[in-house]
Amino acid sequence: MSARSVFDGAVFMPSQRKLLEDFKRDTHPDKVNLAGREYVGEHGHTTWLPLVRKIKQQIATDPTLTPEHPPILGIPEFTRRATELALGKDSPAIMESRVFGVQTVGCTGAVRLGAELLRSCYCSSSSWSGPILLSSPCDDSLAGTFKAAGIEDVQYYRYWDAESNGVCVENIVHDLENAPEQCVVVLFASGHRPTGAELSQEDWKRVAEVMVKRQLFPFFLIPAQGLCSGSLEQDAWPIRHCVSLGLELLCAQSFSHNFGLYGERVGHLLYVLKQNLLAVQSQAEKFVQTLWSCPPMEGARVVATVLSNPAHLVDWQESVKAIAERCMLIRERLRERLRLLGGPWHWDHIIKPGGLYCSFGLNTQQVEFLVQKKHIYLLPNGCLNVSAINSRNLDYVAESIHQALSSKL
Amino acid sequence: MSIFGEVPQAAPVAVFKLTADFREDQNPSKVNLGVGAYRTDECQPWVLPVVRKVEKMIADDHSLNHEYLPILGLPEFRSSASKIALGEDSPAIKDNRVGAVQCLGGTGALKIGAEFLRRWYNGTDNTKTPVYVSAPTWENHNAVFSNAGFEDIRPYKYWDAGKRGLDLEGFLGDLESAPDHSIFVLHACAHNPTGTDPTQDQWKKIADVMKRKSLFAFFDSAYQGFASGNLDKDAWAVRYFVSQGFELFCAQSFSKNFGLYNERVGNLTVVAKDQDNLNRALSQMEKIVRITWSNPPSQGARLVAITLNTPELFAEWKDNVKTMAERVLLMRAQLKEKLKALGTPGTWEHITEQIGMFSFTGLNPKQVEYLVKEKHVYQLVCEKKK
Repeated sequence: MSARSVFDGAVFMPSQRKLLEDFKRDTHPDKVNLAGREYVGEHGHTTWLPLVRKIKQQIATDPTLTPEHPPILGIPEFTRRATELALGKDSPAIMESRVFGVQTVGCTGAVRLGAELLRSCYCSSSSWSGPILLSSPCDDSLAGTFKAAGIEDVQYYRYWDAESNGVCVENIVHDLENAPEQCVVVLFASGHRPTGAELSQEDWKRVAEVMVKRQLFPFFLIPAQGLCSGSLEQDAWPIRHCVSLGLELLCAQSFSHNFGLYGERVGHLLYVLKQNLLAVQSQAEKFVQTLWSCPPMEGARVVATVLSNPAHLVDWQESVKAIAERCMLIRERLRERLRLLGGPWHWDHIIKPGGLYCSFGLNTQQVEFLVQKKHIYLLPNGCLNVSAINSRNLDYVAESIHQALSSKL
Repeated sequence: MSIFGEVPQAAPVAVFKLTADFREDQNPSKVNLGVGAYRTDECQPWVLPVVRKVEKMIADDHSLNHEYLPILGLPEFRSSASKIALGEDSPAIKDNRVGAVQCLGGTGALKIGAEFLRRWYNGTDNTKTPVYVSAPTWENHNAVFSNAGFEDIRPYKYWDAGKRGLDLEGFLGDLESAPDHSIFVLHACAHNPTGTDPTQDQWKKIADVMKRKSLFAFFDSAYQGFASGNLDKDAWAVRYFVSQGFELFCAQSFSKNFGLYNERVGNLTVVAKDQDNLNRALSQMEKIVRITWSNPPSQGARLVAITLNTPELFAEWKDNVKTMAERVLLMRAQLKEKLKALGTPGTWEHITEQIGMFSFTGLNPKQVEYLVKEKHVYQLVCEKKK
């Protein structure tokens, strides 16, 4: 046997959880983790919604439920309800049978599956390699997910505007006007990470117009439907608008945030097509087989149970609204604290978007100051998870941000 | 005009089509022998009693963390699952050169292993490394490796239709003629779909050639405990290879032996020469997982971890597994006797010589068609029967 390892060609890859690991090791009593992805409650950790807990208990004791392999494309009741949630029950696309959905392993799984399909089917190509346009910035794994599926040509459109500490629709429109025709554009409806910045409905109308004009293909990501505005319908408006314009599209949905089912990996990939539904569906089945064979049931069962029961649905919508409202309240309180601490800065951009994430426009040194000196952990670009701010740490966080901006760094 | 207007219809997956046809069949005597899931004597799926128990424990546990699992999975699941494959006192575990990745079922484990090997094995991004799968093999093996980017997927001789057993000579011949460093997908036990496993002596011969030619052993272990009723016995081949100094992958599935088909519980066990190589490999696998499904699902892994790490539950589980394995063995014996008593032409020893859920009956496609159409007994044309 050779003395060398067969793995000796593998280069060490630093963990993407480094920030979390550093936080765990940090022994400072005032440390705060604002870099997490999950929604945390006032008590400082993630929790199941009471409704979710109840349904999980029902599932665990239901003698009629069997542990069979689910269908490759997932639980039909789940995909049906997830589709209705995104498009609206009376969507013309649903009426015309031009949609189908696939239950996936989280939002990442949905993106990966969508990417695999695009690579092998888009524009009559059996090996389409791009270009695909992502927002700048975007989640660090997104480009890698598309590339892993063989879509090598990844480009970016400007999203975050440092000047205005928000999203600049003029830049987006300009970049899309100049994008190659028929390229795929990844669009974010609710919960953009790592900026938390959202487009208004008027902005979306302009973006959709360009998409139609230049025959660009939308691939929507909707990671936190309901958590941005508190309204499920409002957060899904951009997708519904594009469908109403006759666009074909893909949409990757996550139920991690709005159901608190992070660990269960409940995702959905929605296809809205003009024709040839069955053929595309059969190709999707083929790809699912090579990725995970069939999806895990537990989380999707919970979601399907809630979405198909009117009483549960109301209960759940209230919970989602409560989360959105808490996030908004925290933003307002943070803005108020920062305003009171004084200084030349403006803080309206904190309360303009809703949802979990908020970008402060801090530079690298300021972020490093917060992490190293104040033990406040946030993403390198200054994005933080507002839900992790609570009545116990609000003052400390506000004062530290103020300090970071005031000091000569 | 749709952007997807030219997309061709893909062929349906044989086993799922069979099940769909079976569902539509109105005949009261219909039997589905094609599905790859355990059935009770009443032809019903079986929720293991220990699984019911632990499910309830999880649902009632208010202290559980609901966050995303780590990318590589639940730590207590990964380590206990690897121990199941390699043995509690495996020297490789003691040397800290065993690691694991929690995956989406056995398929997911194969996927992550394949993606890693394509990127980092036998050079960098060497898509030309030959991958050998048994002839026949589980229908999805080919697709998983091909989709991971491998261009050269070849069969190795395995099933001898004439003598209805292992074609050892052919197998060893293909090992000898394979280019050095080729990857071989080996079935740890209860070969799918033939039910025919090498004996311990035959495994030793296989290992000898593989060692000499530096062939990579990628075990697929979907039936541990289920084949013979004994976990250690079913893991003999994997453990032997480890004892011979092989670095290897073992894709484990807990679908069958926990009856958790729907929660997608899998584990890719990685055995490396030393801890340094192991850590580098795992770090790259983390990157691969991140862009495939990001984090694995918690329910099934939690269930398995609690069961494996709690002595009374572990004992109960082993008992449940033995129940399933023994019923299968009983059915095999009874089927063989019945066929002999009926004077059915042919020899039927292979039914009890083969092991696990599946049996290669030796029926030809016309005979299978007769069974499906005239007798409403559904089985696959590759003659896999449960």
